[in-house]
Amino acid sequence: MAQHHNQGPPEESPPDFDQLSQSRRELLALVEDVFQQFHPQPGVLKDLPQLKVDSGSIASLCQTAKDDPRLDFKLLLCLACVDYEKYFQLVYFLQSLTHEQTLVIKTDVPYENPSLPSVTSVWQAADWYEREAHDLFGVDFDGHPDLAPLLLYEEFEGYPGRKEYPLNDYEEF
Amino acid sequence: MAEIILGQGNRPAPSLLDQAITGRVPGVITTTKDQLFGMARKSSLWTLSFGLACCAIEMISTYMAHHDFDRFGVVTWPSPRQSDVMIVAGTVVKKMAEPIRLLYEQMPEPKWVIAMGSCATNGGPYYRSYSVVMGVDHIIPVDVYVPGCPPRPEALLYGILKLQEKIMQDAKSSGPTP
Repeated sequence: MAQHHNQGPPEESPPDFDQLSQSRRELLALVEDVFQQFHPQPGVLKDLPQLKVDSGSIASLCQTAKDDPRLDFKLLLCLACVDYEKYFQLVYFLQSLTHEQTLVIKTDVPYENPSLPSVTSVWQAADWYEREAHDLFGVDFDGHPDLAPLLLYEEFEGYPGRKEYPLNDYEEF
Repeated sequence: MAEIILGQGNRPAPSLLDQAITGRVPGVITTTKDQLFGMARKSSLWTLSFGLACCAIEMISTYMAHHDFDRFGVVTWPSPRQSDVMIVAGTVVKKMAEPIRLLYEQMPEPKWVIAMGSCATNGGPYYRSYSVVMGVDHIIPVDVYVPGCPPRPEALLYGILKLQEKIMQDAKSSGPTP
């Protein structure tokens, strides 16, 4: 089942910083400096600067990203969960309206009992994204006010977003 | 106004009631109570206005001036309490199944259901999906299925005409009003 659509984790190749524009390279250097205490790994996602951090520090990192006037990431564009079959990756797209910059933050959580701090206290917008990830992938967000099912109905069992979830597993309603 | 038909010979002219029964008064038709009600019902179908997916966009454009649902007496109505027809326009997910059932129960008799589009008919592109009901007929009885993905407004108009035919046929045969 799994090997049919298994693309596996993305190949670890050294990030190509030449794809970034000058201002984005400057942003990447700046965030690396600001987030020094979290030990981020810099990277590139297409033409966007990207940071990879430990899942435990995500909430405090996001709070810093929002509050620091040099970054001013007031807007959470998107929070996505990706199933890589050995682990889940959560991708945060942050937008700074004043500096007109976008930053991608990635963090990995283990496949068994995936759990990480919620960022709803930083951005209210994260509320439904986290509920969606909880519905479809079973990721737990510590500190989320209410992880009730958003897309699925109450009695639903399983996590249909996961690749291991059987396709066409229809249950008569 | 009705023109009085005179009697023949020296027999007295038939009463107006007799003329009405034999259908000989111009401008007067005789019919059964069921058919009279059927005509009234089919000419004033109020549809419960709610949409579930892209089919709703086609449904809305059917209401608008270009196709003009109103010429068949079809009026969109925001409450199930006064509605006659439920147009299920779009994908019925399992989470929405219960509210749909509730809306259907709230509608007064007689009531009809149109399943619009392939999703409402049998799940369509989401056939056997974990979250989609395979056709709205799994939860409520359906009178008319309108195929298409999404159906053109003409198709929905045709569906309403078919429903009107069905209402009249049921009235003629004194069949069950659904």
